[in-house]
Amino acid sequence: MCVDLIKLTIDGMEIEASPGTTVLNAAEALGIHIPRLCYDPSLSSVGACRICVVEIDGMRNLPASCVTTVTPGMVVRTDTPAVIEARKTILELLIANHPLDCMTCEKAGDCKLQEYCYQYGVTKGAFTGEEHHYGLEENNPFIVRDLNKCIVCGKCIRACAEITGKDILDFAYRGFNTKVTPFGNTSYIESDCVFCGNCVSVCPTGALTEKQMSGKGRRWELKKVRTTCPFCGTGCNFDLNVMDDKVVGVTSTNGPINGRALCVKGRFGWDYVHSPKRLTRPLIKKNGRFEEATWGEAFDLIATRFKEIKDKHGPGSFAALSSARCTNEENYLVQKFSRVVMGTNNVDHCART
Amino acid sequence: MAGLATSFGSGAMTNPINDVNDSELLFLTGTNATEAHPIIGYKMRQAHRRGAKLIVIDPRRTELAEEADYWLQIKSGTDIALLNGLMHIIIKEDLQDKKFIEERCENYEALEATVAKYDPEYVSEVTGVPVNILYEVARLYATTKKAGIYYTLGITEHICGVRNVMSCANIAMLTGHLGKPNTGVNPMRGQNNVQGACDMGALPNVFPGYQNVNNDEIRAKFEKAWGVALDGKVGLKIPEMFEGANHGTVKAMFILGENPVLTDPNSNHIRSGLKKLEFLVVQELFLTETAEYADVILPSASFAECDGTFTGTERRVQRVRQAIVPLPGQANWQTLNQMMIRMGCLTNYKHPGEIWDEMASLTPSMAGINYERIDKDGLVWPCPTCDHPGTPILHTATFSRGKGLFQGIEHVPPGEMPDQDYPFLLNTGRILQHYNVTTPYSAGIMTLWNEEYAWVNPDDACELDVETGDRIRVSSRRGECSSKVRVTDRVPKGMVWMSFHYTASQTNAVTSHILDPTSGTGEYKVCAVKVEKLAS
Repeated sequence: MCVDLIKLTIDGMEIEASPGTTVLNAAEALGIHIPRLCYDPSLSSVGACRICVVEIDGMRNLPASCVTTVTPGMVVRTDTPAVIEARKTILELLIANHPLDCMTCEKAGDCKLQEYCYQYGVTKGAFTGEEHHYGLEENNPFIVRDLNKCIVCGKCIRACAEITGKDILDFAYRGFNTKVTPFGNTSYIESDCVFCGNCVSVCPTGALTEKQMSGKGRRWELKKVRTTCPFCGTGCNFDLNVMDDKVVGVTSTNGPINGRALCVKGRFGWDYVHSPKRLTRPLIKKNGRFEEATWGEAFDLIATRFKEIKDKHGPGSFAALSSARCTNEENYLVQKFSRVVMGTNNVDHCART
Repeated sequence: MAGLATSFGSGAMTNPINDVNDSELLFLTGTNATEAHPIIGYKMRQAHRRGAKLIVIDPRRTELAEEADYWLQIKSGTDIALLNGLMHIIIKEDLQDKKFIEERCENYEALEATVAKYDPEYVSEVTGVPVNILYEVARLYATTKKAGIYYTLGITEHICGVRNVMSCANIAMLTGHLGKPNTGVNPMRGQNNVQGACDMGALPNVFPGYQNVNNDEIRAKFEKAWGVALDGKVGLKIPEMFEGANHGTVKAMFILGENPVLTDPNSNHIRSGLKKLEFLVVQELFLTETAEYADVILPSASFAECDGTFTGTERRVQRVRQAIVPLPGQANWQTLNQMMIRMGCLTNYKHPGEIWDEMASLTPSMAGINYERIDKDGLVWPCPTCDHPGTPILHTATFSRGKGLFQGIEHVPPGEMPDQDYPFLLNTGRILQHYNVTTPYSAGIMTLWNEEYAWVNPDDACELDVETGDRIRVSSRRGECSSKVRVTDRVPKGMVWMSFHYTASQTNAVTSHILDPTSGTGEYKVCAVKVEKLAS
């Protein structure tokens, strides 16, 4: 299929883009990062926040680059005084009604509003007026909602509708009173929310945060380790967030199958890892009760008993159950142990159950 | 997996998950994807909203059934009759893909002869699906180009699970919906590494990569690599292991990360088998119901504490990475390795990557996969060489076995149906918030979802005089358990539906003892029970 590419110029650089490409994406291909709050590559674009405005020759106003598609010969500038002035004003308006408690905010370090205010040197005070005083919503175990920090970009609404498809959220009320809420102005826990947390993963500010991560460390201190989810067989990827050798949370990464989407188990069910009920020492049953043992004692007993039983009753008297939850390498070792050490093909796992 | 292996020569999902996104028709049978495979379920919902037709076959009104263009509320255990009926109509209306059948398949006559008996009126009576809907669905599936079949345990967990699967294979071959993007027969596997555990040869009949233990040439290759003589006799499947334990022929077991007491059917039989063992070693994260029976428990490291790989349902091998120091002080591969060394198998692995490499060197279908290549996005097997890009779609030119094998398959009723003494049909499955064994130890999950709610239809609830929140006892000829009730018309009259996640409501004490004779899979989806109200 041959598609005529469209030639345009962005910040003096020429680029060819396929029809339908947005100015924001074309700029990105050139390595120019245009700020964005309501834009997300996995969601529909609404051009609501206007922070991505650019200057385009022949256009009357400053268009939002996330919803403006490229046209032949278009001349775009992303960093003119007018553009910078517009972005500063937008940020000033946003923080006029935004708590500046970054020193204690869970999202600090991973907050787009904070990042852009820093980048454009915006501080509070340009505009003053009414402020919201919503109560903190923390009546569920997974997600903390602080609507005072909501900039009404609507990404959570679109994530709920366009990724999860639960359509729990929408805008309610008008003007200054506009807020995002489940139907009937209730909390998440009172709605049909499935707690996939996909809304949290797209929120650009501290309005939606992971409750499990509260107080566990600043975002920039957390080590992110990309891994594969241990629950169902889909094969989603995510980042384990680690602080002081403890897992403190899961955040989205860009997985080949799941993109950034996760479900309640993957995003919030990992905390069994640090359950106080975890076994950490080998246990040997003596007189019907388990007693702690060293690895050496455990291996000695295992080797002695398995050998005795094999010698007395033959290899077929042994059977191993491997695990559909353990890694390939562990499964390989269990079948090798059964076949090589115990001399039997009596090895299976719960694929059939 | 035995079903697809027979029909196609390879028992795995034929197409990648993201084929869902631009499909024109999703044919879901026996799968509650938004709960059991949420991310795939979400993709299906979005594909439907973008215009893909959605057909859902399920006795329960699942979330996707609610949105479907066609929801076929079949009677439990009538999948073969339904699929035969659809194929009957497709052949009668001359909608089959003759070229595909001629060039790619064999034994078509057997299928034709069998499905000829399944006229729509008969099928409607058996399945409960109206005749006109059978016609519409048959025509829609046969005439839509990008049409894929997706199924889960609602197909396999029956006495005729393997035959159900082969029926899905039949209808896909009949219509040529194989070997192309957005088509195929796609079993979505329930657990994170169930595909991988099979691939690694944790099965009684095959070495890694589905290489038969009773093939002399293959066994010689493994004998040479491992330096020992190997048994050429197929080993015991799980149900046979517990049968052996109960009869005293199996004396010792090693169980890694499995909790059959909670998750296997007819669990009293499992318990009695475990009790009779002379020696049981369990390697586990927690003191599970199964671990209680152990003589030695080795503490396990969780997925966050181990390097390694998982292979997801679309056959994609992906990295698992160690994020924290193992709580027991060592990773699971180290524990297993030490156990082998202590018993005289002098392995010398320094890192799980070396274990993978040894496996790959013996396994042609994975020979091209290594940790370096899968670092970013994984690779989909078959991947025979290091410059091979992987194989997201199977059977594109030929089937793994050469020609696709049609089989005439007759309807088989469930092994145990409700009767006067046990008048309800118990169906079981997973819920969104829980996984088999680990989530009950998640503080967050257990805050909200910490007890069983058996689903009961409102009509039955009236007769039983129960309301949501009341307690009931559910009993079968094998055992009993108690549960709270959720009254909901998501289940049909006469059905009780339960999950199996809670120690306090051990559903599998009740489930059927009947297995699929080929795969050994339990008939978790159908058994006869009685329900009694308990004083709260």
